[in-house]
Formats: sequence, structure tokens, C-alpha cells
Amino acid sequence: MAAVVRASGTATSELKKKSLVPYLLLAPGLLWLALFFVAPIITLVGTATKTPGAGIGEFIQTYRWANYWDALTGASAQFGRSFLYAFIATLLALAIAYPLAYGIAFKSGKYKNILLVLVVAPFFCSFILRTIAWKQILGQNGPVYRTLLDLHLISSTTHLTASVPAVIIGLAYNFLPFMTLPLYGSLERIDPRVLEASGDLYANAFTTFRKVTVPLSMPGVVAGTLLTFIPAAGDYVNAEILGNPSTKMIGNVINAQFLNTQDYPTAAALSFILMIAISIMVMIYVRKAGTEELV
Amino acid sequence: MSKMNREIPAGENDLLGQLENASKAFLSRRALLAGAGGAAAASMIGLEGSQTAQAAGGTVRWANWGLYLDFDNKTKKYPTLEAFIKKTGIKATYQEAIDDNDTFTAKVSPQLRIKKDIGYDVVTMTEWKAAQWVASGFVQKFDDAAVPNKKNVQASLLNRPFDKGRHYSLPWAGIIAGIAWSKKALPKGLKTLDDLFAPANKGRIEVLSEMRDTIGLIMLWQGVDISKPFTETQFQKAVDFLQKKIKDGYIRQVKGQSYAEDLISGDAIAVIGWSGDINQLNLQNGNRFGFAVPESGGTFSTDNLMIPSTSPNKAAAEALINYYYDPLVAAKVANYITYICPVAGAQEAMAKVNPKQVNNPLIFPTDAMWKNLKVFRELNPADTAKYAKSFQKAIGNG
Repeated sequence: MAAVVRASGTATSELKKKSLVPYLLLAPGLLWLALFFVAPIITLVGTATKTPGAGIGEFIQTYRWANYWDALTGASAQFGRSFLYAFIATLLALAIAYPLAYGIAFKSGKYKNILLVLVVAPFFCSFILRTIAWKQILGQNGPVYRTLLDLHLISSTTHLTASVPAVIIGLAYNFLPFMTLPLYGSLERIDPRVLEASGDLYANAFTTFRKVTVPLSMPGVVAGTLLTFIPAAGDYVNAEILGNPSTKMIGNVINAQFLNTQDYPTAAALSFILMIAISIMVMIYVRKAGTEELV
Repeated sequence: MSKMNREIPAGENDLLGQLENASKAFLSRRALLAGAGGAAAASMIGLEGSQTAQAAGGTVRWANWGLYLDFDNKTKKYPTLEAFIKKTGIKATYQEAIDDNDTFTAKVSPQLRIKKDIGYDVVTMTEWKAAQWVASGFVQKFDDAAVPNKKNVQASLLNRPFDKGRHYSLPWAGIIAGIAWSKKALPKGLKTLDDLFAPANKGRIEVLSEMRDTIGLIMLWQGVDISKPFTETQFQKAVDFLQKKIKDGYIRQVKGQSYAEDLISGDAIAVIGWSGDINQLNLQNGNRFGFAVPESGGTFSTDNLMIPSTSPNKAAAEALINYYYDPLVAAKVANYITYICPVAGAQEAMAKVNPKQVNNPLIFPTDAMWKNLKVFRELNPADTAKYAKSFQKAIGNG
């Protein structure tokens, strides 16, 4: 202790010099962020306040900040839908991924690595193709529909694709690995001796799970839910392929405003609002859940 | 006569269609590797009749839609384009780069505005989008002397309002939108939009994301002539109808060319679609689908060849365009793509190419057919934006 105090006393000037080092180390990253994050965001914010010019797709800067409000009110239904679908999909993914990650972490033995590869394996195939595959699975001539029809659980007039459940299933499926891997990471790191100790203290398996395993896996839950919710809220592929016109999410609106109507200001405003909305939600969530142990 | 079986690759499709068709497009996508020591030797072989192209040389880069040029599966080459290369000594590259008018234009227009080469010397845009290109000054005026075959273009297609006298664009092919159905689910077929939106089809109907086709058919059905000035109220009435059918669950999806896949899978049984898609499906899937122009009328449009303002090799582009308006060449293309052929004299030339196609009304429509087809009137930029917004809102995009 004394040594530390002494050292800090004599080396103040040296420390001052050294304190530049972290900034130098950060410089490439900061430059990258400035170039590819800050600058585009500023452009985005600016584009959003433009108003139509002479030709199609031409806009002039008039600082019309009301564009933001117009965009928000114009697409409020899709905003609401995006967050609702993303929320349900996140819960669904959590419900599927937790037992899966738990099984891989504690019960898989020598198959652990194979199972982990299997979780990631779908990524070897295109996101779009995997989503289209769900269309086939749930489609009118697909196995699920046929089975449900034969069991008289649905009538021939119902359809599974082009529906809200299909979109949510698609979202939950597509982001499942993002939920599973952080969960596995947290669960796998739990010291088995802690679980043993819980048993020694007369906790049964369920109590151990509730009081020890779940709290210790919280960092994984927080990371997994964030990694699922954020991309799911901005996703438009699932709603486009598995949904119908009444299940469009905010991503679909941004896509259509940008490419179909070439209304760049509205598209920019919506993108910015989406980003802010997600940031606020994440901030509140992280505040509540705590991130001390998030890696 | 209203039943049609011919192949038209879609005029437009949305981003999804583009994505979904990516795998399909991949199979058919092949950049033509012209050259292979070809140019010099080729010009020796094909000297006849190349007087118009003598000044032109270098390379011409053509962006077109999928399955839109005659293709030889054995040699993996485009026979007519190969012949052009041989004949003129101009190198030509062909890319199936266009999946959608809006997305392609959105992609290249920033470069066009700052006058940077977009990488293509010839592009193919559907009429309404071609009109925007012309109005925006994105195209170069043809040197009529370099395109003498322009005289062969069908008279009816020569004086479109967006390009009177055709100084900036020439029609590549004609497209029809109508109604199509699965014969198994609907053995009686469809004749009108009432048949299409029948309660029995609820939840199994799909319509095109192309506003001018879907809204056009509905407006025609509501008794509005879409080729003449109409009011916003009339347009809105059709949009409201569409929105109601979506809300009530009749229409399951609004999409581009990918409706074809839903017809195959059985998810959709009745659609507003392009006759060419249906013909192509029938060729591949055992004649399972029917197509008709509704009794109230169908929409007609054209895809148009244009030279972007940024093209560094206008002369070669003109030589290429000119070449395709030779009746014999046009007949060869039409025989493969089975579109409405825009070239006069091609019907006679077809006798040499494929006698069976000479009287195919889907390549060479009869007067009776023409009467039932309407072209959606040209919209000014303000109306285009307003109507597009209204349509996008109805289909859930805002």
C-alpha cells in the first residue's frame, strides 16, 4: 500500500504523459465511429427535414422539423406493431433458448460442441432463404398445415402464412441463436460448486434453479434479450415474407418510403425515430436489469 | 381471345420479389463474356449490313430484366447478342440487373445526378418509369441516323406522350396485367374482378405491388378510363376498395413477381398478375393456371430501351438498339420471350423463325385484344408522389 502511494507521488508527470495513450489507442475506433456512425446520423437527421423539390426523389433543405411528427403519426400503427411483435418474439425466443442453453451447458456431455455448432449452423444459410423456408413449412401444402387440417384443428379457410403468428414465429426463429449463445455463455460459467452448495443447504432442484441458476444467468438473459429485441424491432424481412399488409412493421414502411415512393425525408425521419425509440427502451431496460456483469 | 398464355417476365416487383427471386435469378444470371478474341475475327465474318455500326466500337453494357432475351441453354449464350457482336465487332455485356423499376432507379439516380457512369450504356425501364428518366434528363437523345431501324417500330407505340417521336426511348416489349387463377381450385376460371374478389377466394387472393396495374384494373372495373385524365376522387375510390379488401382479409399479400411462387404452392389461388408469368408457370408446372384480361379491361405497358446520360459509348448503344429493331432479330427475340413484339414486319419474319408463333395473339395481338387494353395515363411528379403514397398506405406501408 505504502509502495503504491509513493509511486503515485513520484510519477505524476509520467502519468499525465501516459494518460494520452488511451486516447491514442481509442483514436482509430473513434475515427471509425465518427466517419461511419456520427456523420451518417447527422446526414440522416438533416435529410429528414427536407421537403420535395422539382423532380421525383429530389429534395431541398427547408428545416421542416414537423416532418418527424408527420412521419411518427403516419406510421404509428407500424411502430406499435414492431415493438409488440419484437417483444413477443423475444419472450418466445427466451422460452425456447433458455432450456436449450441450459441443456447444452449442463446436460450435453461430450455432445456440447456439436450442439453449439448446430445452434450456429443455420447462419451458414441465407437469412432470406431460411425465412422463405418457413413459408413452405407453414404454407397451404406444407407439413404443419396438412397435419393441423387432418387433425381438424383448423378449417380449410384458415391459413398459417400471411398472418401475425407467422411473423412472430419467423422473428423468434431468426434471432434464436442471438438469444441462445449469450445464455449459454452465462450458464456455462456458473461454478458447479455453487449449485452443490445450494443442495447442501437443503434447497431442492427447483429452488436451486430459481435462487441460484437464474440470478447467475441474468447477464445472459439481458444480453440475449437485447440482441433479439433490437434487430427484431427493425426487421422487415419476416413481415414481408410471412406477413400480410396488416402486419407490416416499421422496417417495411422505411423500405417502401425509401425505394417505392422515394420519400427520403420520411424514411430518414422514421429511421431516426426508430433508433431513438429503441435506445430509450434499451436504456430503461438496462437500468432496471443492471449491466454490471454484462460482458 | 381473352385467355392468354404467354411469357412475360414481370414488369416490376418489390424488394421482396427481388429477394425471393434471387435464387431464380441466380440460375439465369450470367454476364455474357463477349470477346474471347472475338471482336476482330468476328468483324471479318459478319461484315454484311453493318454500315450503321461502322463508327461504333468498344463495349456496350446492357442492363435488362430477368429472362428477357433469347438464351441458348446449351451454349449458355444469347444467340442474337452473339450475332450482334459478330456483325459489328462491338463488345457487348448483358446483365439481368433490373428487378424493379423503383429500386434500380433509386440505386443509379444519385450517380446520374452527379453525372457519374452508372456502368450501363443501355437500360430497360417500364414506360411510367422511363417517363421519369426522360423528364429528369437521365437519358441521351438518339441520333436518328444511327438508329435507322426506328422506322420499324409499330406506329401505335411510336408516339407515347412521355416521348413523342421516340427520341429518347424505344419499346423493347409490351406487358399485359390481368387476372390469373389456379385451375384446380377454380375450374370455372375468372372473367371479372367480381369473380376475383368472390367470397370463396377470401384470404387466397394476391395483387401486384405495381400501383398502375392493381389500381388500374380496379379503376377500369369501377368504370374509369385510366388512359384519360381522371380525378383524385376516382383514384381514391379504387384505393379505398383495395384497402377494404385487405382489411377484410380477402387479399393475403400485395407483392411483385413472387406471387407466382404462391400460386405454385397453393397459398394463393386467384391473383392480379402478368400474363407472361403465368405462361412461364404453365410451361414449368403442367398448364395448371389460367389467365384472362378482365371483361372491364386490362392494363398495357411497355418496357423501353434507353441510353443513360452518363453512357460514355452512345454510338455503340445506338448500334445495339438499332440492331434489335431489325424484324428478323425481333422475331427471334419474341419467339423466345413471347412478349408483345413492338416491331412491324416481325410477324412476317416469324414465319422463318417459328411458323407456329406467327398467329400467336400474345406476341402479335389482334385488334379485338387491343381494344380491351388501356395504358395508365402519365402522372406529373406531384401526382406520382401523392398517388404512390396513397397506394403504399393502403398496402400497409405507412
